[in-house]
Amino acid sequence: MTLDSVKHATETPDTEQPWAELGLKQDEYDRIREILGRRPTGAELAMYSVMWSEHCSYKSSKIHLRQFGEKAPANDALLVGIGENAGVVDVGQGYAVTFKVESHNHPSYIEPYQGAATGVGGIVRDILAMGARPVAVMDPLRFGAPDHPDTKRVLPGVVAGVGGYGNCLGLPNIGGEVVFDACYQGNPLVNALCVGVMKHEDIHLAKASGAGNKVILYGARTGGDGIGGVSVLASETFSDTGPTKRPAVQVGDPFQEKLLIECTLEIFKEKLVAGIQDLGGAGLSCATSELASAGSGGMRVELDTVPLRDATLSPEEILMSESQERMCAIVEPRYVDRFLEICEKWDVIATVIGEVTDGDRLEIFWHGEQIVDVPPRTVAHEGPVYERPYARPAWQDALQADDANKLPRPGSAEELRAQVLTMVAHPNQASKAWITDQYDRFVQGNTVLAQPEDSGMIRIDEDTNLGVAVATDGNGRYAKLDPYTGAQLALAEAYRNVATSGAKPLAVSDCLNFGSPEDPAAMWQFAEACRGLADGCLELGTPVTGGNVSLYNQTGDVAIHPTPVVAVLGVIDDVTRRTPVAFKDQGQLLYLLGDTKEELGGSAWSQAVHDHLGGLPPAVDLEREKLLGEILISASRDGMVDAAHDLSDGGLIQAVVESCLRGGNGARLVVPDGLDPFVFLFSESAGRAVVSVPRSEELRFTDMCGARGLPATRIGVVDGDAVELQGEFGITLDELRTAHEGTIPALLA
Amino acid sequence: MTARIGVVTFPGTLDDRDTQRAVRVAGAEPVPLWHRDKDLHQVDAVVLPGGFSYGDYLRAGAISRFSPVMESIIAGAKDGLPVLGICNGFQVLTETHLLPGAMLRNNHLHFICRDQKLRVENNSTSWTADYEQGQEISIPLKNIDGRYVADERVLDELEAEGRVVFRYADWNPNGSLRDIAGITNAAGNVVGLMPHPEHAVESLIGTGRTDGLGFFTSILKKLVHAS
Repeated sequence: MTLDSVKHATETPDTEQPWAELGLKQDEYDRIREILGRRPTGAELAMYSVMWSEHCSYKSSKIHLRQFGEKAPANDALLVGIGENAGVVDVGQGYAVTFKVESHNHPSYIEPYQGAATGVGGIVRDILAMGARPVAVMDPLRFGAPDHPDTKRVLPGVVAGVGGYGNCLGLPNIGGEVVFDACYQGNPLVNALCVGVMKHEDIHLAKASGAGNKVILYGARTGGDGIGGVSVLASETFSDTGPTKRPAVQVGDPFQEKLLIECTLEIFKEKLVAGIQDLGGAGLSCATSELASAGSGGMRVELDTVPLRDATLSPEEILMSESQERMCAIVEPRYVDRFLEICEKWDVIATVIGEVTDGDRLEIFWHGEQIVDVPPRTVAHEGPVYERPYARPAWQDALQADDANKLPRPGSAEELRAQVLTMVAHPNQASKAWITDQYDRFVQGNTVLAQPEDSGMIRIDEDTNLGVAVATDGNGRYAKLDPYTGAQLALAEAYRNVATSGAKPLAVSDCLNFGSPEDPAAMWQFAEACRGLADGCLELGTPVTGGNVSLYNQTGDVAIHPTPVVAVLGVIDDVTRRTPVAFKDQGQLLYLLGDTKEELGGSAWSQAVHDHLGGLPPAVDLEREKLLGEILISASRDGMVDAAHDLSDGGLIQAVVESCLRGGNGARLVVPDGLDPFVFLFSESAGRAVVSVPRSEELRFTDMCGARGLPATRIGVVDGDAVELQGEFGITLDELRTAHEGTIPALLA
Repeated sequence: MTARIGVVTFPGTLDDRDTQRAVRVAGAEPVPLWHRDKDLHQVDAVVLPGGFSYGDYLRAGAISRFSPVMESIIAGAKDGLPVLGICNGFQVLTETHLLPGAMLRNNHLHFICRDQKLRVENNSTSWTADYEQGQEISIPLKNIDGRYVADERVLDELEAEGRVVFRYADWNPNGSLRDIAGITNAAGNVVGLMPHPEHAVESLIGTGRTDGLGFFTSILKKLVHAS
């Protein structure tokens, strides 16, 4: 077969090309021809097809994502914003922290173990590429109905993949979520977050500058796995009948990634690289075009020098392969020898595959013949942009009118007690220890807090005790009822979780999981969620630093609940001041902070007891969230509270049960004046937390709340070995523990 | 002069920096040892930390056992050099036959990470003198290949000679025979265990307990007394 070189393409303008099979649309193909002034070569077509995929180009989401920049709050802490591999935040003392959350949804449905494993691998390399040592991971996961047979295929595979890869890298897994809902049956959400730490001067960017600098590909050999992962897999809707897409899923080797991490950190330490990029989605196509596009010159690559696992791979396949555990560095010629020496020390294969030129083209050669000659920006940064039509779905009004506040409520104390037990045992509210105990949370020896705490907290300096906290939250049920408010509630909850642990929220990363952008209803949900999140971030003063959009999460015509997952990063000057959730000391006073209203729309109670979704989600008051956050941080710093737990899904009773079980102590609760016992226990009003206050601190604490105008209501005391609602019912910790901890093992073990 | 304790890094070792910290917290000097380097740099004792050396490919510890540094450690151990193998390090020690038996996949087939209660069965080894005989301690356990097995004769011999150093108390997390969590060689200088004492040396971190610190203070006292 003739090599489809640039020369050949020029000579054969009418050759039929498989642009449709590669996921391109007619007008997109026409535009490529217009850019190049000829038909693309096979290799060029391969590059454009993956880089212009929804997953890489954000072509449907871009116009909405712009708000995150336009509405970004002024924030001195932001060192690197949206657009790089991950955002970077100043946390003081010369340290910078980078973090990002990404999706690996589609691959994880096809092949749960490898899909989830390589999701962890990909986000870790993004963090590494910024110059940081990865210090922790978290995994927000969403599955179909807990008793569905396919959940038993997907969930154990995903959990084993997250653990198998992350544990082997030596990264503590300190948080995340596990949520079940039938809407995720054919589209599980596997999101992965990584946090990394570096000194300010170690920040690295993905750009290729300096003519004559070498392009070095290092890490694993390139194989035939993951070809077209971003285009044919992540950017299309699954159909029930089509052929399996398993070959488009990558296969991970965490051992290779561990070597890549240590090797890269040693290379950074000696300051040997001018630019660096990891190879993830779209593989070499992405790395070369993005590096060249962001740099000042062009790039020339000899593609036949790429080390291969399979010698029969074509140049197109090499460019599209998403083989894992690979990085691409731009290195000055004088440092190349030392660079290769460090790679040899770590048994990492490294190859000079090209160099930066003083031109403005990305040129790729195959055994001397040119197969790619493109302006790199047109591949990497100037892809198509769509203004997809969007419209509020017709069913939205009916959904909101189906008011959860009108659902039948427990008629007796006995029924109230039974519903508490039903809810804390529901798969979504039950303990996830069976899952998270498959992840190493201790490695690296800096884990201050890990799940089931409100946030994961890592010490980053052993001498000063400086630390960071991260929480991820999302609630697809709220977002389905109202995507604007749902996105803000996810933000508010993650913000509150970080503050509850005693850390000051600084910045946001988001993973936006939605249905097909070609469906106006899903697109409306997406547009509303972006608007809500951008407005919310502006009000809270926490900029979005980066993240990821995952569209086409639907099977046939049925989309998942719109599911914006929000990660908030915070800083704590002294991790010894952290606030855990456990009620540790009997006799301490329990205070409820914030206002409790009758808000049951989308609530855990409405799901667990009535299998209902309707009405409006809880109202958001971000000014209140800020005030609550400030109070919780002050209380932590000044030692006024010994435990705190944020109130979210499941309301007050869920939080109290969790804090009691974690501390091994009971609680006696009294319904405050003017509140109905049911609403007191189950309402999910936002902007609330429950705190355990030592008696000696009570006055100081209530004075502070009073002076700042935050409602603080005394609701009881840590006492005994049961959770008791005075005058209503009591449930022993043993009974609660059996209900709360028994569900997940019974379903899965 | 304080004791110098070597901490080996194989490709895929994960807990080397944690172990160095634990050595430091105990008051000794950690000395990084590299798998390709035969030179032990005059250390007074060696820790083989946890992780997935060589990805645990083939069999946990099977490839590391052949690395240059192990040649020197095996020779040293036979001459009385104190050696502690934690988790993957324990697996390496069984592969070298410095300790008998082997580790299989956990009986439930899952990775498990938990705060694990152990009973100290032998406080006369180089690494356990700071514990009371019969004392119960809690330290993190985290592995997927943690099920200790050996044939009946070896198990009887270990018990008869008091070479079972730790047993799982309360609950056996992986199906280890006779609840064995850690063992020693006949001389008491080589100890291996699956749980991780290096993750339990600071009250701030992890489980909040410091029950693992005794390993490192034990060896430090022994070495300082000897010098």
